[in-house]
Parts: sequence; C-alpha cells; structure tokens
Amino acid sequence: MKKKDIRQFILSFALALVIYGAFMFAMNSGIINSYWSGILIVACINVVLSTSLNLASGYLGQLTLGHAGFMSVGAYASALCSIYLGTSFIVSLFIGALAAALVGLLIGIPTLRLKGDYLCIITLAFNEIIRIIMLNIGITNGAKGLMGIPMSTNFTIVFFSAVITIYVIYSIVKSRHGRAIISIREDETASELAGIPTSYYKILAFTISAFFAGLAGGLYAHYITILIPKVFDYNKSVEILVMVVLGGLGNLKGSVIAAIVLTILPEYLRAFSDYRMLLYAIVLIAAMIIKEKNLMPHIKEKFSKKKDENKEVAE
Amino acid sequence: MALLKTEGLGIQFGGLKAVDEFNFEIDKNQLFGLIGPNGAGKTTVFNLLTGVYKPTSGQITFDGKSILKMSPTQITQFGIARTFQNIRLFKNMSVIDNVKVGLHHSQNYSLIASVLHTPNYYKGEEAIEEMALSLLRVFDLDQYAQVKANNLPYGKQRKLEIARALATSPKLLLLDEPAAGMNPTETAELMETIKIVREKFSIAILLIEHDMKLVMGICEKIAVLNFGTVLAFGTPDEIKNNPDVIAAYLGDEE
Repeated sequence: MKKKDIRQFILSFALALVIYGAFMFAMNSGIINSYWSGILIVACINVVLSTSLNLASGYLGQLTLGHAGFMSVGAYASALCSIYLGTSFIVSLFIGALAAALVGLLIGIPTLRLKGDYLCIITLAFNEIIRIIMLNIGITNGAKGLMGIPMSTNFTIVFFSAVITIYVIYSIVKSRHGRAIISIREDETASELAGIPTSYYKILAFTISAFFAGLAGGLYAHYITILIPKVFDYNKSVEILVMVVLGGLGNLKGSVIAAIVLTILPEYLRAFSDYRMLLYAIVLIAAMIIKEKNLMPHIKEKFSKKKDENKEVAE
Repeated sequence: MALLKTEGLGIQFGGLKAVDEFNFEIDKNQLFGLIGPNGAGKTTVFNLLTGVYKPTSGQITFDGKSILKMSPTQITQFGIARTFQNIRLFKNMSVIDNVKVGLHHSQNYSLIASVLHTPNYYKGEEAIEEMALSLLRVFDLDQYAQVKANNLPYGKQRKLEIARALATSPKLLLLDEPAAGMNPTETAELMETIKIVREKFSIAILLIEHDMKLVMGICEKIAVLNFGTVLAFGTPDEIKNNPDVIAAYLGDEE
C-alpha cells in the first residue's frame, strides 16, 4: 500500500511538472499568446475554487451558495495586507486564506446544524452580507474598487496552487477523516451512531473548503489588481457550484475538468458575439442532461485522453 | 454487575407515553430479546439507549456510568453500537469503506499526517485495512470488499450493517429486527451469525425481533414490551407460557 502510494505520488507529481513545463514553454515561445495565458490563469483559479467547493458540497454533501463570499474575504484580506502592511505575496496569500478559513469557521458553527435548502439560503445570505460589508466599509474603497494591488500572480503560482489544492483535498478524502466526511453525506444519523463526531467533521470540511476559496481569492486579487465587491456576488457562487455539479459531486477529476472547460468555453463562444451567453446556457443545460443520463463517464474518458493535465488526480 | 441497567426509563411525545417505567438489565455476554406487538415502543427503547432520543424520565447506566448526558457519538464510543430496522448503510461507499468508517476511532493519525502521508498515516491505514478485512471475513463479505454497498443483496446488506456496528468495538450490540425481510434459510443463517458474533467478540447482544423462532431459539432472556411498559420478563419458556403475553399477542378470551 505504502509503496504503491508513493510511486503514484511521484508519478502524479512528475506529470504535473511535465504539464507545467509544457505550458511554460508554450507561453515563452509564443505558442500560447498572452490573452490565452491570462485565461489559463483564471482557469487554474477556478480549479482551486471548484475542487475546494467539492469538499463541502460533493464530499460533505452540504449544498452551499456562499463560496464567492469566502473568495472575497480572501481576496480583500490578502490585497489589504499587500497594500498596507507590505507583506510579501506568499504571506499575503496565506493570510487571505486563513482569514477566509476563520470566517468559514465562524459561519459554520451556527449554520451547519441546518440541512439542505436551509443551509443553502443561509450561505446565500452570508454571501450577500459579505458583499455589502465590502461595499460599505472605508478600507475596501467600496464600489470604486480597491486599487494598487501589486500584480504578483503568475502562471507558476496559480498552477502549483491548483496542484496543491487537489493534492490536499485528495489526501484528506482518502484518509479516515475523509471517510468520516463522506459518511455524513451518505447518512448523518448512521454516521453519528458509527461513532463519528459529525459536527466536528462538518465544520472541519467547511473550514478547509473556505481556506482554499480564500487562497483563490488572493490569487485573483493579485492578478486582476483591482477588487470590486460586485464580482463576488451570488452569480459567482452559482458559477462555481455549476462547475462542481457538472463535474460530479464528490468527483475531483470532474471538478478540474469542468472548471477548465467552463472557463475556456465562453471564450470560444465569443465568435457568436450576441448569442454568447445564450449558447453558454444551452451548453450547460445539454451538459447537465448528458450527465444525468450517465453519458458522462464515456465523455470524461475521451476528455482525459485529450487533456493530460487532468491526469494528475487520476486514482 | 449488570452491563446495562435502566431504571424508570420513559419518554413522552406530547401526550403520548411511548415508553414508560421501563426497567431491565443486561449482563455481560448475554443474548437478550426484546419483543412486543407493533407500536409497543421497541425501537424507541433503542433510540433512548443510543442517545437519539433523550428520555423525559429515568436513568440509563452502562458499564457503571450514566449515559444520559452523552451524545449518540459518545455513547457509540463508550461501547453501544446498533443496526437499524430499515438498513442505513453508507450506500455509495464501498463495502470495506463502510466498515472503515466504524473503525474511525481505532486509529488516531491526524489530519496533517494524512496530508503529509507520514509513517503514522500508513501505519494507521494499514491497520484499519487489516481490521476491516478480518471483520468482513467473519461475515463472508470479504470478496465484496470493493463493491458499492448499495449493490449488495439484501441479506448481505444486513450483515454488513452488523459488521459496521462491530467495527466500533462495542460491549453491547443492539440489533433492530435483523431478520426482517429474510426468508427462513437466511434467518437460520443469521441465527448462526449472531451466535458466532457473540462468542467471537464476547459482547452482549440486545435483539428486537418479530420472528419468534429466532428469538426463542437463541435468546437467554426476553422482555416483552406492550404499550411502552414491560409486560413480562424471563427465559423463553417462561415467556411462552405467560398468560399476559398470550393475551397481548392473541387477544383476551372475552
């Protein structure tokens, strides 16, 4: 078990390095232009967001609509640290992620007693509260936007953030802690009566999920360099949830693929200018139907053959 | 000293006294049957013993300690495990993972250890794997280890639920109608399994069952519950000949 595990780990990591190298080469030699490398950075940020939400929604089974809220906490916290405290980029990122995790913990303790629709609405409300706070407190510069954030995010950091996020969540899921989290999704009462401290694991999974959302927020802030509260509204939360649902709840590979596809797809649809969002919606509906009818495993197989970058999470 | 003892245990839902003045004792390693007509409050007793419901009166002592203030999770860790009347497995998890959830507390490697894959993590996971497999072997389920629990046939799902309960290393196992929906052959097989489990794990078993052949065949003591109170208490032979019990099941002569 140990040997096999370590071999798999080294292989996955080597693969990630190869993919990274290939992308870096393509960018430096101009095969991928700066426009598309920008999209790749956003795709990687979305991978962090979707895989982290998958921990809360897919594995823990709590449908939450506040992921953009945690992202925004991370974004503002890290941006403010960079601007006012002059901390280094990595430290700012870390502080942003920790701030989001702390908020996740504070929100999680009272709300995780609720289930299903109720939790969904509470997290939605939380998302709005965060947005309105960011809009109204002085330090964030409200709707005018927080400016002057150093442009520190590059492909290297987002790529490895995504790899680390996937690795951490994958490791957790494969441990006794992960099994406890999944058992809560399956049957909370039975889980409790199998001796699992369910409240602890719910809050733990929620907090870890928020931590990585905060990390994504920090990466985003230092890439876009201007933060406007409106970006982190309800729509953004839904967008992330769509990635998770499309990729499959409790399916990390799926989350990665869905995040990449749903970031790139709108760009390809630019050719249809006015009908772009309409087409995007139609593609989403079609994708959901295909998934529901269980055609996805087949399609996914094709995808993973084409896109090697997804193999790093291969089981 | 009794392993489990209840004194004046009762719970009231609104005006309804579902269980009232329930007194009984289970000794270590005893096979105890709890029977009674439908709606007598048998499952409610299970829910009280496992902390799912909080009693409105009375006392529960387990292994010399009151468990009234404990949560279901704590009670399980303290040594009472149970199965459910309508099977409640973790359906989308593999058979072995179901048992591994029950083994959660047998190892204590931390979250950080699992992320960093420390030696502790491997040691823990290997131990869990081994224990889970040996438990599955007891129930002849080891060849299904990687099958999704939901895809097991009904009888095997019942067995898996018992295996999961045993994984928490209980001192007392509560089985809620384990033979429900089984044919006579499966029931006979289950009787054997229950006997083996008790000997192999040297635990006490409290059993709710409607199948009289099963109850009379393996239980050493039986309590009959009717309208939430204990109607009779004794060995299978005493119960069989008790006029009150016959009246409760078949009705009075008048």
